[in-house]
Amino acid sequence: MTATMSQVGGIVRRKEDPALIQGRGVYVDDIKLNGELTAAFVRSPFARARITSIDTSAALAIPGVRAVYTIEDVRSLGPLLAQIPIGKLRPLLADGVVNHVGEAVAMVVAENRYQAQDAAEAVLVEYDQLPASVGLKFSATDEVKIHDDLDSNILHTWVSHDWWPGVFELEDHRPAIAAAKERDDVVIVSQEMVNQRLIPVAIEPRAVLADWSHGYDRVTLYTSSQIPHAVAGAIAKTFGLPVNGVHVIAPEVGGGFGCKLNVYPDEVLVCFASHKLEAPVRWTETRREAGYSTIHGRGWIGTATITGTRDGEILGYELDALADMGAYSQNFTVAIPVLGLYVASGQYNIPLAWSVKCVATNTQTTDAYRGAGRPEAAYYLERAIDMFATEIGMHPGDVRKKNFFKKEDFPATVPIGLTMDSGDYVTNLDKLLESSDYAGLKAMQTQARSEGRYVGVGLSTYVEVCGFGPSILAEFGFGWDGYGLPSSFSGSGLVRINPDGSATVFIGTGPSGQGHETTWAQIVSDRLGIAMEMIRVAHGDTTDSPMGIGTFGSRSAAVDGAATYEAAEKVRSKASELVAHMLEASAEDVRFADGGAHIVGTPGHKVTWAEIAEVAYKPHKGPEGMEAGLEAHAVFSPGNATWPFGSHIAVVEVDVETGNVDILRYLAMDDCGNVINPMIVDGQLHGGIAQGIGQALFEEAVYDENGNLLSGSLVDYPLPTASDLPMFELDRTVTPTDVNPLGVKGIGEAGTIGSAQTLVNAVVDALSPLGVKHIDMPMRPKKVWQAIQDAQEA
Amino acid sequence: MKVSMTVNGRLVNGDVEPRTLLVHFIREELALTGTHIGCETSYCGACTVHVDGEATKSCTMLAVQAEGADIMTIEGMAKGDELHPVQEGFWERHGLQCGYCTPGMIMSGAALIAANPSPTEDEIRHGIEGNLCRCTGYHNIVKSIEYAAAKMRGETPPPADWEEVSA
Ligand code: FES
Ligand code: FES
Repeated sequence: MTATMSQVGGIVRRKEDPALIQGRGVYVDDIKLNGELTAAFVRSPFARARITSIDTSAALAIPGVRAVYTIEDVRSLGPLLAQIPIGKLRPLLADGVVNHVGEAVAMVVAENRYQAQDAAEAVLVEYDQLPASVGLKFSATDEVKIHDDLDSNILHTWVSHDWWPGVFELEDHRPAIAAAKERDDVVIVSQEMVNQRLIPVAIEPRAVLADWSHGYDRVTLYTSSQIPHAVAGAIAKTFGLPVNGVHVIAPEVGGGFGCKLNVYPDEVLVCFASHKLEAPVRWTETRREAGYSTIHGRGWIGTATITGTRDGEILGYELDALADMGAYSQNFTVAIPVLGLYVASGQYNIPLAWSVKCVATNTQTTDAYRGAGRPEAAYYLERAIDMFATEIGMHPGDVRKKNFFKKEDFPATVPIGLTMDSGDYVTNLDKLLESSDYAGLKAMQTQARSEGRYVGVGLSTYVEVCGFGPSILAEFGFGWDGYGLPSSFSGSGLVRINPDGSATVFIGTGPSGQGHETTWAQIVSDRLGIAMEMIRVAHGDTTDSPMGIGTFGSRSAAVDGAATYEAAEKVRSKASELVAHMLEASAEDVRFADGGAHIVGTPGHKVTWAEIAEVAYKPHKGPEGMEAGLEAHAVFSPGNATWPFGSHIAVVEVDVETGNVDILRYLAMDDCGNVINPMIVDGQLHGGIAQGIGQALFEEAVYDENGNLLSGSLVDYPLPTASDLPMFELDRTVTPTDVNPLGVKGIGEAGTIGSAQTLVNAVVDALSPLGVKHIDMPMRPKKVWQAIQDAQEA
Repeated sequence: MKVSMTVNGRLVNGDVEPRTLLVHFIREELALTGTHIGCETSYCGACTVHVDGEATKSCTMLAVQAEGADIMTIEGMAKGDELHPVQEGFWERHGLQCGYCTPGMIMSGAALIAANPSPTEDEIRHGIEGNLCRCTGYHNIVKSIEYAAAKMRGETPPPADWEEVSA
């Protein structure tokens, strides 16, 4: 057997991969239980309607159909629980009214999928159609109010100087910005921009399988989720069970990107059906159905305004926006813009006035999609900065640098009262400008223009926020209290040395491709000198793992990784005592490496991990009075969030005849603090950038005025393919954080947060000779072509 | 309806509903769950298998249409402990994250190299256009296929983006 000793910072092939590349990975839909039944849903064809009758008799008569459930069967369970219960909570099945196309009205359970599909079609539902409220601006007028029991479609307004009343006393920057606008030496740029609604599209559709054991009085739920513990809490609370009566298992999860960071009605309903029918019940969404059954993301329209001097000093940044919540609030829905508020003023030390109204519409719920609020915030800010730079004729890098927080400003307090841990923005941007030969790119652009080609160079910088702390944020809603689990977003790790000297590491995360098994094994291998092959990392199982928050917000390494580091330190400390006893030396002189331990200065004087474990589990061989066994659990509660940052450049060429955008190069200089596995970090950036490019160029969830989703299939919702994207040219600066002992910040969302506006800045730069000042995403050829025509006419 | 075909070198028989898709037959009747379903409408490529040597989306075919065919799925690619070079390439070059698109990508990549042993980056990108990946941005998938193609030509694969891969 190979023994790979890993160090934090090293490249190691992933432990996850051998199963996955051989088709032996197990996702929910791959699990089969004896006697299992299959569910299918009857869905609303209307965006808003009253249900006048539901007739299930024909469906029930189909052979193999075991049950058809409506709200009458499940009303007593209450609505779907949400962590942030602002707005209208979703009923488990439509309750008298439907509020978006595709809302589940009834659930059919049958012996196989064909019977279930046939039965779902045989359920007769009669509706009285009602006027729908679709389109953010229209919905915000309350002309059609969606929910009778709410005062307004506007569910909440987030305002920068008053976002957490009673905790932060913040200065209102609006008067100062208004005064600046009166000065006669200022330039004001202002633009309304759309940050369109997106469908996350993890390639694995969501799947659930519940098995309620009456004998053991416990339900096991397999679900494709990023937050298994939260789901367990929600199921327990809904059914009135203690949380140890619910066993949630998230096996391999085929991508999440936030869409599996939710508790869904189907998760509750399959448990309900399994309880009633005394058989396992499964449901797997189809791709088309996913547009109705899984959350969407983004969906903002807003006006960004910058007021500044001609020499580039920014005197105020304002954003006035509407954000689409959809019809019902689920997990974080109304709180998503807060994550944008965290980075509303970006890397800049500037006055801020930010207001985002959360608006209900007759559409599918929105919630976290990779970046969650932060890509939207970065988009408006960085587009506005670019327009300001163009307007005053200044280098876009110089404008940014002039207004950046400087290295010596850290820890730096932003206008909304939070403190950023560490940063060195000027160095990061300068390194990218130099390595990309920005001046050379601009010279190439000039050359291309002289040949009649429209080449553009887009620049954007960003700061984002990960690993939310401190724990007091739980009182703002950052925890799983809504699911009956009083908690904050801390991390957990348990490191167990088994009697044979192998190690098992239990973590509370819910990865969906981030490589936690490898990264966490590296952390432990680095601390304890145990070979990577001898470490197994277990996650996604609520019975095995300590209480875990899950994987989202780029939090796992910075919070749970830190917990595992601390657990490994505790193991190391006890193991040092054991080794000191075995080798008759002092514990301070024990060093762990190469599959065992030795005494410093005498590498030959050593023991293996198997030998150490034996002594640990046979206390008569160990030091007098020492407790047997060798394992430790640690909970890490971060004292602050971490704030990664970076700079991106896109080089594009636009075909002005067709409007087609070709990406010639994409360069990124990211800073996520220390790096545990550079290969995995770069992989996260590749995927994140691709999703930002997807938003910039291709993707959009389109509803017509009647609330029909026109882009529910992958034909109408084009994802980037391999031939749409270039090789990514990545580099990094390293500015560690002192928020956690690993010095890591998080990287899962950075690529997405940095990229969409980089592309738009590049395309607008390419077309600036034609007078184009802005193009809304997605910049599909027709829209680009139209923007060129409009600019020419103006 | 009765159906029989060869799957990964083994003759298999089944009795299926006529509307059963090949992908469902493979996953549910044969319990070969490495072939995935991402869309069921021929867009994502997660269900790609080889049918008589051709990369084929198994959600676009009925099981009965594969009567008598020779099918290879991801489970048939490794020879015992020895990975297929494309599988090895994906491991060596971090060509996967969540792994859901991976079996389909590997099957498409292998078919692509069989048809064109020295594909350029552009040919690889176009060759896997029918396979969607939401995790990797394709960068390392292209590198993985380049690695495999070189290996299969008996050449040393181009170096990784990073300097060294341990063990
Ligand atoms: S499942 Fe066959 S192409 Fe998507
Ligand atoms: S690795 Fe997740 S979809 Fe490709």
